[in-house]
Amino acid sequence: MIKEYKGLVNIMGPLILVEGVSGVKYEELVEIELPDKSKKNGKVLEVNGNKALVQVFEGTTGIDIERTKTRFLGHGIHIGVSKDMLGKVYNGFGKPKSEKDKIIPEENLDINGAPINPYARNYPNEFIQTGISTIDGLNTLVRGQKLPIFSGSGLPHNKMAAQIARQSTVLGKDEQFAVVFGAMGITFEEAQFFIDDFKKTGAITRSVLFLNLADDPAIERIATPRVALTSAEFLAFKHDMHVLVILTDMTNYCEALREISAARKEVPGRRGYPGYLYTDLSTIYERAGRIKGKKGSITLIPILTMPEDDKTHPIPDLTGYITEGQIILSRSLNRKKILPPVDILPSLSRLKDKGIGKGKTREDHADLFNQLYASYARGKEAEELAVILGESALTDMDKVYLKFAQDFELEYISQGDYENRTIEQTLNLGWRLLSIFPKEELKRIRDENIEKYYKKV
Amino acid sequence: MEKKTGRIIKVAGPLVVANNMLGSKMYDVVFVSDMKLMGEIIELNEDTAYIQVYEETSGIGVGEPVYQTGYPLSVELGPGLIESIYDGTQRPLDKIYSQVGDFITRGIQTNALDRNKTWKFIPIVKKGDKVSEGDKLGYVQETSLIKHYIMVPPYLSGEVIDIKSGDFKVDDVVAVLKDKDNKNLEINMMQKWPVRKPRPYLEKLPPILPMFTGQRVIDMFFPISKGGTACVPGPFGSGKTVIQHQLSKWADAEVIVYIGCGERGNEMTDVLIEFPELVDPKSGEPLMKRTVLVANTSNMPVAAREASVYTGITIAEYFRDMGYSVALMADSTSRWAEAMREISGRLEEMPGEEGYPAYLAAKIASFYERAGRVKCLASEEREGALTVIGAVSPPGGDLSDPVVQATLRVVKVFWSLEAQLAYRRHFPAISWLNSYSLYIDNIKEYIIKNVSENYFELQNKSMRILEEEAELEEIVRLVGIDALSGNDRLILLVAKMIREDFLHQNAFHEIDTYSRIDKQYKMINVIQYFYTKGKEYLQKGINIVDIENMRVRDRVARMKYTPIENIENIESIKKEIDDEFDELLKKL
Repeated sequence: MIKEYKGLVNIMGPLILVEGVSGVKYEELVEIELPDKSKKNGKVLEVNGNKALVQVFEGTTGIDIERTKTRFLGHGIHIGVSKDMLGKVYNGFGKPKSEKDKIIPEENLDINGAPINPYARNYPNEFIQTGISTIDGLNTLVRGQKLPIFSGSGLPHNKMAAQIARQSTVLGKDEQFAVVFGAMGITFEEAQFFIDDFKKTGAITRSVLFLNLADDPAIERIATPRVALTSAEFLAFKHDMHVLVILTDMTNYCEALREISAARKEVPGRRGYPGYLYTDLSTIYERAGRIKGKKGSITLIPILTMPEDDKTHPIPDLTGYITEGQIILSRSLNRKKILPPVDILPSLSRLKDKGIGKGKTREDHADLFNQLYASYARGKEAEELAVILGESALTDMDKVYLKFAQDFELEYISQGDYENRTIEQTLNLGWRLLSIFPKEELKRIRDENIEKYYKKV
Repeated sequence: MEKKTGRIIKVAGPLVVANNMLGSKMYDVVFVSDMKLMGEIIELNEDTAYIQVYEETSGIGVGEPVYQTGYPLSVELGPGLIESIYDGTQRPLDKIYSQVGDFITRGIQTNALDRNKTWKFIPIVKKGDKVSEGDKLGYVQETSLIKHYIMVPPYLSGEVIDIKSGDFKVDDVVAVLKDKDNKNLEINMMQKWPVRKPRPYLEKLPPILPMFTGQRVIDMFFPISKGGTACVPGPFGSGKTVIQHQLSKWADAEVIVYIGCGERGNEMTDVLIEFPELVDPKSGEPLMKRTVLVANTSNMPVAAREASVYTGITIAEYFRDMGYSVALMADSTSRWAEAMREISGRLEEMPGEEGYPAYLAAKIASFYERAGRVKCLASEEREGALTVIGAVSPPGGDLSDPVVQATLRVVKVFWSLEAQLAYRRHFPAISWLNSYSLYIDNIKEYIIKNVSENYFELQNKSMRILEEEAELEEIVRLVGIDALSGNDRLILLVAKMIREDFLHQNAFHEIDTYSRIDKQYKMINVIQYFYTKGKEYLQKGINIVDIENMRVRDRVARMKYTPIENIENIESIKKEIDDEFDELLKKL
């Protein structure tokens, strides 16, 4: 039986307090009817005796104390899912944007999902070719991985994400990814960029879009990544699809979370973010993965803009502790027009070791990657030294390293938005750049690989 | 089992408040609502109890029942622990998987130890023997590596009036004792022990035995002892988890307990897939046969995360009591501290630093204090050790974080991970300048006797070179390398050899992943030999640039890949060093 209550006790920010309730459950969905008969959605944050604290997703504008009605629906937030969602557009709460986006749900699922049993997980080890050298060659992405892009305002993270969505394939298979796109608080233009790009390449027919734009209610963003991942789970584990989930911008999500925490007067953690930010983020990120005996997979690419490019800010920091690596974009490379401006040294893919090598990419991949990395790092050190002391102070070998680092940026990192390099091309390019060094300098490469590839490709 | 029933009056996240709870004790387990969600009482106020619930509480409302059990949160200890994977409250994840499938749903109740499996019990005592608490009654060969001793539970003793032999289930009676009041005590193969209470032992012993790990930077420079404590703090991406995995693979311990506390699900999967395939260098058996896993990943309920470290350490103590050397890895204690913070926040306690509860340091200290080398509780002389290694994940890698600071106050070994080293792909990224070990004096005697007399001499010399390198690098940065004397450049060269050819260790290389202590000694010895010779020949007028370009350096660089059967080959590099220096001298 659904109970309806009239009148509220208190409205503060995005929260309302209802008194005299009974039988209300924690996390229950609430329908709020305003005096003008319009409706809003809410969620129970706390029940205490006969009081219920409700978070209103669409904001509390227009809600009054006397006449507002609340209806407790007896279940959590659900979303109706179906395979027909592909090609459709929803708002951040999972409601269809227009008449043509409506579907007949196959199932109704709780958006909070349930944690994957670690025992049931299958280790992600299938190489995804994104066609971007800095990812494929150096920070390899595998199916079922969660790999965020740490960016800053003004950097081309959207272009990069769109390129990944456009080009990703698994070697030797002609399977394409379904894309689930969750937008949180991004601008209309940014969202339109993705939609146009998906339309242009035909990806739109295998995409589901959840859009919460900058002028949509901020609190609704709390639900957006969860509805997106719930539909992704459905497509991946019920319909055996390989799903690429792009969530942008996680910074806006965290700010919405902070707003609620502040309204509840909770003890703040660092920079005012709630102490449970880590746990909350993990319930989003950890939904990526593969499951034993299931064909499908969820690969997650969250994008976040680091406030002041500060990697130690709580949002990137906690994200980095949960995700399996990170791709960091560099402002100085961007300034030099080296695009996509992936900052190689602090970027990392933790799962690359299982996804590369013989039978997956090529037997020399691991060695080559180590060598490129080490050589580039030394080249950057030489560059710094040259700035202070002048290039003439460098040893002859350091000069070679310096030249290598410059060539590496111009040829390997730099790549067009529509340039799709195969892994073969990426690896050979690496060898070509390394041929500047004498054989003895390539200490991280096994002899048999030097034999086979050095100055030969 | 359930006695009285309380009634929920408030639900806020993992915290549930119920009244009508008189008769329950602090830290008693309760079951919340008819879904039977497990929880633990963490505060009592007249008849109101504050309960932290180990499962997701959505859908729970005011007025629902709370069932009391009267027991504190306990773990089941007995055959079947090894090779298991448990969640934070010791529910077996493989059983949950077979019951409910891929996702963990709520209110599942399973036994930690399989009640249907039979084990072959072989008695050690006979009828008429007098036994007291901790004494071995018999054993079960649990895996090829572990003899699981069935001991008299703490606080019991008496005369054996019946002892069985043969195949039994864990809850079958295998022995009957008559205690001093002539009461019969039936003993089965399973004990229950409350997790928050340390298991008793006779006395603590000084940590004088090293625990070798096969990791060169650790064994050579910052060693840990059996029964010691260590912490590994570092920012993300600096390789904490790889170090923890490496230690649980190669550490010289008989039983490993690995707690994945609030970390990634895929990391536990990695352990589950990899460990059964890896072979223990000593016994040739799969490493999984000595490992117990506790996995409460970050997306699993936060209160169970708080319990997981206690669950893990109680299991570890139980194996210690059998006389084993046990190593416990907790990855990561920061997530445990955050779980405490979250619960504390919901209780509306006055926060301490960074919102952590004021009792944070006390909880951390008492956790690490459960480590140690001990004389076990038994009438025979028996020694066990429990080594605890905790990872800490400070925000932004900032070591002033309260969890790091509270940990450093109690642990004796500090392996400081540095992002800068990780960026240069120097792994393990343990900083040689900031880390320390306070066990060196304790284990000196053992090492001098069993490894080599001049071990510590080499260690000191090498460390000195690394320190000098740090100073010289400052100068190079200001005036360039050409301004340095030949001797200084030799120091830079040798420091580079120590860093790249000794400290750098590839966890993913089949040979380099584990270095036996004698191999480590031989390697550092060769590098020091090169240094001594280098100094000598510089004096004789050889140019430093020629030394920098010596061919033998390549041999030194590759000595880490020498298989353990051929370690004598490392010794032969010395001869090559001699020869090449002579060659240089002749050219002069």
